[in-house]
Amino acid sequence: MSPSVARCPRSLAAGSAGLRNVVLSATSASSTGSRIRSASDSLLLRPPRSNREPRRQRWTAASKGGALARPRALHPPGFPNRRASSVVDNDIDEDDDSVAAGAHGTKGASAAAGPGSGCGTRYAEGPSTRMNLFTAVNAGLRTAMETDDTAIVFGEDVAFGGVFRCTGGLKEQFGPDRVFDSTLCEQGIAGFAIGYASMGKTAIAEIQFADYIFPAFDQIVNEAAKFRYRSGDQFNCGGLTIRAPCGAVGHGGHYHSQSPESYFAHTPGLKVVMPRNATEAKGLLLASVREPDPVIFFEPKILYRTSVEDVPDGDYEVPLGVADVMREGTDVTLVGWGAQLRVMSEACDDAEKEGISCELIDLRTILPWDFDTVSRSVKKTGRLVVSHEAPRTGGFAAEVAADMQERCFLHLEAPVQRVCGYDTPFPLVFEKFYVPGRFKVLDAVRDAVNY
Amino acid sequence: MLSLPLSTRCVRPWAAATQKLPKVTKSTTSHMSSAGSETTRAAAATRDAPAKVGVYAGGKEMPFTSILRIEDPDKLPVWPVFRVLDDDGSVRADAVEPKLGKETALKMYGNMVRLEAMDDIFYNAQRQGRISFYLQSAGEEALQMGGAAALDMNDMAFTQYREPGLLMWRDFGVQSFADQCLSNISDLGKGRQMPVHYGSKELHYQTVSSPLGTQIPQAVGAGYALKLSGKDNIAVCYFGDGAASEGDFHAALALAATRDVPVLFVCRNNGYAISTSVADQYRGDGIVSRAPGYGMHAVRVDGNDALAMFAATAEARRVCLSQKKPVLMEAMTYRLGHHSTSDDWSRYRSSNEVKQWKANHHPIRRFYSYLEGKGWWDSAKDRVLRDRERRSVLIALETAERKAKPSLGSMFEDVYEVVPPHLQEQKHQLYAHLERNAGRYDGAGG
Ligand SMILES: Cc1ncc(C[n+]2csc(CCOP(=O)(O)OP(=O)(O)O)c2C)c(N)n1
Repeated sequence: MSPSVARCPRSLAAGSAGLRNVVLSATSASSTGSRIRSASDSLLLRPPRSNREPRRQRWTAASKGGALARPRALHPPGFPNRRASSVVDNDIDEDDDSVAAGAHGTKGASAAAGPGSGCGTRYAEGPSTRMNLFTAVNAGLRTAMETDDTAIVFGEDVAFGGVFRCTGGLKEQFGPDRVFDSTLCEQGIAGFAIGYASMGKTAIAEIQFADYIFPAFDQIVNEAAKFRYRSGDQFNCGGLTIRAPCGAVGHGGHYHSQSPESYFAHTPGLKVVMPRNATEAKGLLLASVREPDPVIFFEPKILYRTSVEDVPDGDYEVPLGVADVMREGTDVTLVGWGAQLRVMSEACDDAEKEGISCELIDLRTILPWDFDTVSRSVKKTGRLVVSHEAPRTGGFAAEVAADMQERCFLHLEAPVQRVCGYDTPFPLVFEKFYVPGRFKVLDAVRDAVNY
Repeated sequence: MLSLPLSTRCVRPWAAATQKLPKVTKSTTSHMSSAGSETTRAAAATRDAPAKVGVYAGGKEMPFTSILRIEDPDKLPVWPVFRVLDDDGSVRADAVEPKLGKETALKMYGNMVRLEAMDDIFYNAQRQGRISFYLQSAGEEALQMGGAAALDMNDMAFTQYREPGLLMWRDFGVQSFADQCLSNISDLGKGRQMPVHYGSKELHYQTVSSPLGTQIPQAVGAGYALKLSGKDNIAVCYFGDGAASEGDFHAALALAATRDVPVLFVCRNNGYAISTSVADQYRGDGIVSRAPGYGMHAVRVDGNDALAMFAATAEARRVCLSQKKPVLMEAMTYRLGHHSTSDDWSRYRSSNEVKQWKANHHPIRRFYSYLEGKGWWDSAKDRVLRDRERRSVLIALETAERKAKPSLGSMFEDVYEVVPPHLQEQKHQLYAHLERNAGRYDGAGG
C-alpha cells in the first residue's frame, strides 16, 4: 500500500501562506481530496480576518468532510495498538530530562504513519523524528511560531523551558518578547491571553498544571467563551489556546492529577481537546492554535515521556471535532480520550483474548465532540463503554452516554457503561484503586457483552 | 471616574474657591510641599484663592496641585531591611537585642538543626525512591523558627508548604513528619495528599494545600473569627514572593485592611518562584511596598536573621492584637535548594549565586555564631546535637516505612461528613471489582 497525501488549501484567500496537510486515510486520498474541496465544504470556510494567517473553521468542515472521507474499512481490526507508543519511562516528574535526551534526534527515514495513531492514518509527508510527547508539543509550538509571527508563548516558568520541558529552546529561537514568564497568576495569564488574542493575534498560554486552571476559570468561562457571542461577532479571541498538563501520574495526589475537561466541556464557546500520543499531540496542537475559536488543550502528563513515536517533522494538523476509530470491532464500542486510551487499548487486548471484538474510539476533541462517528459505531456494536479518569458524576462520559441512548436507543443491547474515577478528590495513596484501570474497563466490557 | 463625596463637609472642586477650606493634614502638606509654592505662584496670575484641598471618595481630603507630575516609583525610598545580627552573628551596634533567654534561643537553634537534618535525609530518601516527593526549607530555617518562637501556640497558622519549621516548633515530631511523607496509617491526612502537605488541628496549623495563594484570604477569615470571638490570638499566614502575584493575595489584603483583621501576613521573599526570579515577578520595591496602598502596617525583615525575625514577629503580632489590624511582613531570604525534588536549579541560576548565599548569609551559621558569642553553645555540643537529630530522623523514616497504609475504605470517607449513598455504592463496586479480580492488585494499598 502506498499512501498518498492530499492537501487542502490553507485558506481561500489568494496569496495566503501556502498549503497545509490534512489527515487523510491511506487509500481514500483522491476521493477525500475532492470532498474537501466540495462546494458545501467551502461554504464552511471563513474569509480571512486579517492579512495574516486566516483561520478556518476546520472542525466543522472536517466533521462533515473528514468523517465521510474516512471509511472505516480502512482501519483493519487490531492494527494500531500492537505498535502503540512504547513505554520508555514511568517517571514523569517535572523537569527531569533524563529520558528526553534519549528521545530526541532519531531521524526516521520514511514518512510517518504514527504508531498508535489511527489505523493507517497519514499525518504528513516527509521525514519524521522519534520523540516523546513533550518534544512533540515543543515541535508543534515551534512550527506554530515559525508560521505565525504574532504567536506568543507564555506562562509560569515557560522561559527556561517549562517544568515539563515543553517550551525548551523557544525563547532562544524566538526571543524574550514572544516567549516569556508571566507573573504567577493564572487569572492574569488567561486574561492577558484573551486580550492579546482579541487584537487578532495568536496567544498560546500555559497553565502549569490543569489543577491550577481554576483561578482562570472566570476569564475562560465568562470571558473567552462568550467573547464572540456577546459582541455579535465584532470581537473574538479565537487566537487563544490554553495548554495545561492533566491527569494521573502515579504520585500526584489531589493537586497534580486532576482531569478537569468536563468543567470546560460545559461551556458553550470553548473547544476542548486532549491528545492520546505524541503524533496526535503535535497535529492537534497546531490545529488548536490555528482554530478560530478559543481552545483548552489538555496534555496528559503521564504521556510526556512515555508516548514515544515517529512524529512527522512537517507542518500538519489533526482536525478538531473528528473522532478517530483506533481499532475496529463488532461486539462493543469503547470511547475515551487522552491517556485513558492506553488503558482502554490494553483492556481491548484482554477482551479480544476472550473473543470479544472491540471497537475503540478516541474522541480527541471533547467539545464539540464527534457524535456521528460514535453513534455509527454504537449502532453497529449495540454496546458502549465510556471511560475517563475524572470523577463519574457530571463527567463527560455522562454526556456521551445520554446522547447515545437518545440516538441509538433501539440499537442498544446493554446499558451504557461508565468506567470513571470515583466521586472523591484524587487520593494519593489509593491512586491505583481510584483510577479506572485496565481491569475495571475489562469488567465493564464483559458486563456489556454479557448483559 | 471619582465618585462624589456624600459628606456635607465636602468641598466640591468646582466650588472650592467660595468655601471655607478644611485644614490640610500634615502628611498631605509634607507630601506636596515642593509643589505648594509653585501652586501659589501660578494661582496669582489667575485667581486669588486657589482651592487647596478636595474631599473625595470616602471623605478623604486630598490636596490639589497645579503641577503635573507622573510619579516614578524608582524615585521613592527603598524600604530598609530590619536586622539585629550581622552576617558574622554579632549584634549590630545600634540594635536592640531581643531578650530571648538561653532556653528559647537554644530551642530555636535545636529546631533549626532538626529541620536541616530532616530536610537532608528526606530529600535523599526521595532520591532513593523511598518518598515520592519532597521539598526543602534550606536557607529559610531562621525565618521559620524565629517567627515561630514569637507566635503564640494558639495563633492559627496558614502556610504555603515551605514552613514546616513552625509546625516543628509546636512539637510536631519528626515521626509525624515522616508518617505524612510516607502516607501511612499514622498520617493525620490519611495518606491522601502528597508529602509535605502537613496539617494539625491540635497545633493550630491548617492543612497545606498545593494551589498557591488560596490560604491568604482564608487566613483573613480566620483572623476575623478570632477577632469576633474576642480571642487574644491572631491568624498568621505565610506565602512566597511568587504566590503574592496571585489574585488571592490582593483580595486578602484588601479584605484584611477594610475589616481591620488581626492577621499577620508573612511573605517569604526567597528570590524565586521555581525558575522565575523576582525580576519577572514584580516591579517596585518588593512585596512590602504594597502594604501602604492597602492602608496596612508593614515591615521588612532580614529573614536569615533569627533574632530579627523573632523581634519583628513579636512586634507585628502586638500591633495586630492591640490595634486589631493586619500587618504585612516581607522576610528577605534565599532558597538555597531546588524548588522541590522535581526541580533542578542549575537550569536557571548560577552556582556562584547559590554559593555566595550559602557562604555569606547562611541563617543557621549566623545564629550559631551568635550563640557561641554568648557562651551558650560550642562545636562539641553542636556535633552531639547534629548526630542525635540525624539519628532520630533516620529512625523516624524507617519506622514510618514499616507502618501500614490507611485502609482502602477510607478513600471514600471525609469527602462529606457522612458518606452519601452514591459513594457507598462506589465503595461496594470497588470491593466487588477487587473480589472479581483477586490477585491483580497485589502489593497495592492496605
Ligand atoms: C495556583 C497555582 N499555580 C501554580 C502552582 C505551581 N507552583 C508550585 S510552587 C510554585 C512557585 C511558588 O513560588 P513562591 O510563592 O515564591 O514560593 P517558594 O516556592 O519560592 O517558597 C508554582 C508556580 C501552584 N502550586 N498553584
